Amino acid sequence: MSSVLESPSLDSQNADAKHAPARPLVIALAGNPNAGKTTLFNSLTGLRQKVANYPGVTVERKEGSWTIASDLRSARLIDLPGLYSLDAASMDERIARDVLTGNIPNLPAPDAIVAVVDATNLERNLYLVTQLLEYGRPLVIALTMVDLALKRGLEIDANELAESLCVPVIPVTAQQRVGLDDLSKAVLRVIGRKAEGARWRLSDCTECELMALMSGGGDSIDRQTALRTLYADELPQDDGLREAIESARERLAHINVNWWQEPLIARYDWIEQISSRAVKKHAAPRLSTTERIDRILTHKFFGPLILIAVMLLVFQTIFSWANLPMDLVDKGFGRLGEAVGSLLAPGLFRDLLVDGIIAGVGGVLVFLPQILLLFFFIAILEDTGYMARAAFLMDRLMRGVGLHGKAFMPLLSSFACAIPGIMATRTIENPKDRLATIMIAPFMSCSARLPVYTLMIAAFFSGRKFFGFLSVGALMIMAMYLLGIMVAIGVAWVLKRTILKAPTPPLVLELPPYRVPNFLTISQMMISRAWLFLKRAGTVIMAISIILWALATFPRPPQANVVNNDAAVAQATKAGEESETDAGVKTAPGLAGQSGEQLSQSYAGRAGHLIEPVIRPLGFDWKMGVALISSFAARETLVSTLSVIYNVGKDRDSSSDSLVNAVREAKREDGSPAWTPLVALSMMVFFVLAMQCMSTVAVVRRETNSWRWPLFMIAYMTVLAYIASFITYQGGRLLGFN
Amino acid sequence: MEIAENINALFGRTTEQISNAPRSLDILPIGAQARVTGVTGSGAIARRLLEMGVVPGAPVRVIKAAPLGDPIEVRVRGYHLALRRTEAKTISVTSD
Ligand SMILES: Nc1nc2c(ncn2[C@@H]2O[C@H](COP(=O)(O)OP(=O)(O)OP(=O)(O)O)[C@@H](O)[C@H]2O)c(=O)[nH]1
Ligand SMILES: [Mg+2]
Repeated sequence: MSSVLESPSLDSQNADAKHAPARPLVIALAGNPNAGKTTLFNSLTGLRQKVANYPGVTVERKEGSWTIASDLRSARLIDLPGLYSLDAASMDERIARDVLTGNIPNLPAPDAIVAVVDATNLERNLYLVTQLLEYGRPLVIALTMVDLALKRGLEIDANELAESLCVPVIPVTAQQRVGLDDLSKAVLRVIGRKAEGARWRLSDCTECELMALMSGGGDSIDRQTALRTLYADELPQDDGLREAIESARERLAHINVNWWQEPLIARYDWIEQISSRAVKKHAAPRLSTTERIDRILTHKFFGPLILIAVMLLVFQTIFSWANLPMDLVDKGFGRLGEAVGSLLAPGLFRDLLVDGIIAGVGGVLVFLPQILLLFFFIAILEDTGYMARAAFLMDRLMRGVGLHGKAFMPLLSSFACAIPGIMATRTIENPKDRLATIMIAPFMSCSARLPVYTLMIAAFFSGRKFFGFLSVGALMIMAMYLLGIMVAIGVAWVLKRTILKAPTPPLVLELPPYRVPNFLTISQMMISRAWLFLKRAGTVIMAISIILWALATFPRPPQANVVNNDAAVAQATKAGEESETDAGVKTAPGLAGQSGEQLSQSYAGRAGHLIEPVIRPLGFDWKMGVALISSFAARETLVSTLSVIYNVGKDRDSSSDSLVNAVREAKREDGSPAWTPLVALSMMVFFVLAMQCMSTVAVVRRETNSWRWPLFMIAYMTVLAYIASFITYQGGRLLGFN
Repeated sequence: MEIAENINALFGRTTEQISNAPRSLDILPIGAQARVTGVTGSGAIARRLLEMGVVPGAPVRVIKAAPLGDPIEVRVRGYHLALRRTEAKTISVTSD
């Protein structure tokens, strides 16, 4: 505490803020990608984090509270995406830069910046540090990966480094909580103190030009501002200054065509001097572990084979490992439905609870284990560093369709969910490449489609195996994923040659060292994903289930009201004519027939009938039409809607696969089965291609800043889905399936 | 890998003869060690390369090429970087 008060305050605004309890300190973590920011963030905040969403900017930044000194207060700690430089090229770098420079509404410029520097990569990491120094905010360096550096024979003298840079340098090992106390002390010490600035020099001519700019004109500017305006992309508004800058640039260009490179090179010169003093190099093994692993994983021949094997393994495990927990969840909801059903008196309320909410929400929650597994694998692939290798292996193919190698990662994470995938396209510099990637990201089969695929496969394609171990189900799922990929490639190819025409984008991609994945980070991510999914099930899906139940129940036929209120309502949502068989036992046949009629006459039924002529060529009947309409809000609602329509909550004597059985047994009006393997396939194909996710539409709208692209996306994807589904069903029939 | 090294040895003499003339990174054989002499071009990519430490004087080593021959992987300042050959062409190097 005392050290805080003693420190000289050059920045009066910050000094005030320090004494004002109204505004907690804001500390930002900045650093290269993979430098260890998030790991440090987690250790400092003890996972007490919330995802902050800054209005006006399309960012979700992690923010947590850091008890920076036990007697003082907690600070707001902000975790940022990695960046290589403050001259940001891509969108996520621009966001990180705006937070650091205080250009974000409702977020004050940070009171201190903790620069996270990876010791194994000192020189490149120090480049960002020199820029932060130039920027002048109070700065502390947290030196991470010291253990790894030692293994590579690099010994870093933190004191020497601190002296050269004139800022505190604190070695930390976040996972073991080493150095965290020193870090908080150092941060408290620097608050209110400007960093001294980097002391690199340009050539004499350039320094002369800077001097001239600083003194010339009416109001003089400091060296930093002069430097920034001289090398900025845009010219200043002020006429006098603009002319001065233009002529200065002309003179500089005369001496050296690559005049604009001078500060970048000068920074590295300075960095090299510092690192030669601060780093002792010892004998290191000739080949690092990463290089040894890469000999196999990016091998000309084995590399692609392993990539395919990895993807197969992921799909196979998602499909078979998830079975046990899924059964448990399913049984649990079955029991819950029974219990509630027997506790409550028959009536509208019981039906709403059992047929609407429990059946609808339960039908979707069953898929939580699968979704968690999918996110688990994606997190592992990202955290180990394999994702970048996949981009390296796939780049040539991606380029073939005009996409960026960097598009591979957003597309891969779109397999979990298109929303993080679309947000991840921010790493792509060129807006047209970024748009093309956004437009095809929803073709990657996301986790919300898994419930649909799983239901269809469980009902019609389960149990068979290839080669004794590969289940037909896993292969079918993989085929669906491949279909999405193929169509995405085709669409990208067309887009890049028509509306998004641009030269083939460049690729400069770091291949990070392989790391043992951090299971804390992974489980954290899985928990937050699970939470999002549960929240969605509790809100959107629940609301849709209730609305659907109501739409399927009302208007109630007048006769039913009079004759047998409860029985009629109980049958109201039963699957059409199917109820004639099993409901006949419980109620009068005439009434059951009428309740099939009832669904047909309900609002939902009328809507289903309305679109039936359009979807009949795809093999779908009006009940599927109802489910299809509701699935345009979110894909997994197909499952909950079918649950409500086929009324599985009521199915007390069926096995755990209640919905599966209901789907198998559903009949059309003419008594033929509503679903056949061909219909199921047609449905899956439709779901691969159609744009049925309002959250994605909202994100695309946010990311592209216009309604044009999301609307275009809905239109072309749905048309494609219709055509593909049509071809599947009609083609299948021509081939003799039915 | 070995084949590449053999080819290297075979053409060793020619490499030496032109070693002082600046060449671009994309034509270096796999395993070759060189020093950057400059980055041409003025776009975002040239800037990004410089920011990542590919500046005159920096040693680079070509590690491997991807299965379809492009992109290539190079080692610079202790880390690994994947580049397309079109980008590698803008980096001039001398062997040392
Ligand atoms: N050996 C070692 N590994 C570390 C250390 N700090 C972080 N890591 C590991 O480095 C990897 C990357 O760490 P992150 O914290 O995700 O890095 P980041 O800077 O947040 O990365 P981006 O968010 O992608 O920019 C993780 O696997 C960590 O477990 C350290 O001090 N030593
Ligand atoms: Mg991070």
